Amino acid sequence: MASLFSDNEQPPTNSNSISTVLVGKKKSLSASTGDGESYARWRSEKQQRIYSAKLIQALKQVRLSSSSSASTSSPTAQKRGKAVREAADRALAVSARGRTLWSRAILANRIKLKFRKQKRPRQTVVPAVTTVVTTGASSSRGRKPRVSVVGLNKKSLPTVNRKVRSLGRLVPGCKKESVPVILEEATDYIQALEMQVRAMNSLVELLSGYSGSAPPPI
Amino acid sequence: MSGRRSRSRQSSGTTRISEDQINDLVIKLQQLLPELRDSHRSDKVSAARVLQDTCNYIRNLHREVDDLSERLSELLANSDTAQAALIRSLLTQ
Repeated sequence: MASLFSDNEQPPTNSNSISTVLVGKKKSLSASTGDGESYARWRSEKQQRIYSAKLIQALKQVRLSSSSSASTSSPTAQKRGKAVREAADRALAVSARGRTLWSRAILANRIKLKFRKQKRPRQTVVPAVTTVVTTGASSSRGRKPRVSVVGLNKKSLPTVNRKVRSLGRLVPGCKKESVPVILEEATDYIQALEMQVRAMNSLVELLSGYSGSAPPPI
Repeated sequence: MSGRRSRSRQSSGTTRISEDQINDLVIKLQQLLPELRDSHRSDKVSAARVLQDTCNYIRNLHREVDDLSERLSELLANSDTAQAALIRSLLTQ
């Protein structure tokens, strides 16, 4: 798996370094394999888009954590990590453009959670993003096939079925879907996750390069 | 994609999933996994193995994302002024 994360060159003290770094990664990675169109999708300029979306989200996370009255001790470290993770997932789901089940599930979960909570500090920001996406998702492009799984029993080795079910539990929003749906969503989800990891890696490297601080004590 | 579904051989009322379809999907999944992609026994890997490796791989990716987001949150929290200026400069590109 180490081959996925190509080593970054040292970031120059220039704000244009990020786009060049990402372009460099994009080119090195696209030369490895050439699969279907979903592969190209998650390796193409979508990466740039999700990167900028994630930057914006991260910025708001910073505002949130600095404005909240929580101390800088460890109890909030996990919450901040989770908040960053959720923001990253949301940015990932948004850049999926509502074409996949898991992205819709991620965004739907966020909306539900936000409506359940009483205090909504980020309300001014999130609806602007989510309303755009939900209108795109509600006018669904017919990607939800209605296929019954009953006739699958020709190959219904219980192990295969069990594994597909557990796989469906891992992918968001696919707990109750049929087998081919789960497999399709899983292929797209894996590629999206790989891209997310790459983007966050490069972001961490750049930020740690700029801040120049020692790694935080564990 | 819809053409593949209409190709299913079972001629009942409901559209049934053909095995070929599932096999195709599993093969596509296998090519995404880093460990099984370079394997030379590409036609002998069972579907259960592919699925199990897929589950493991997704869990690994989730864990990596969690780790990275923790590191990111630390970085963002610790160096406020430096990265705030950085982010602002990036956003106004």
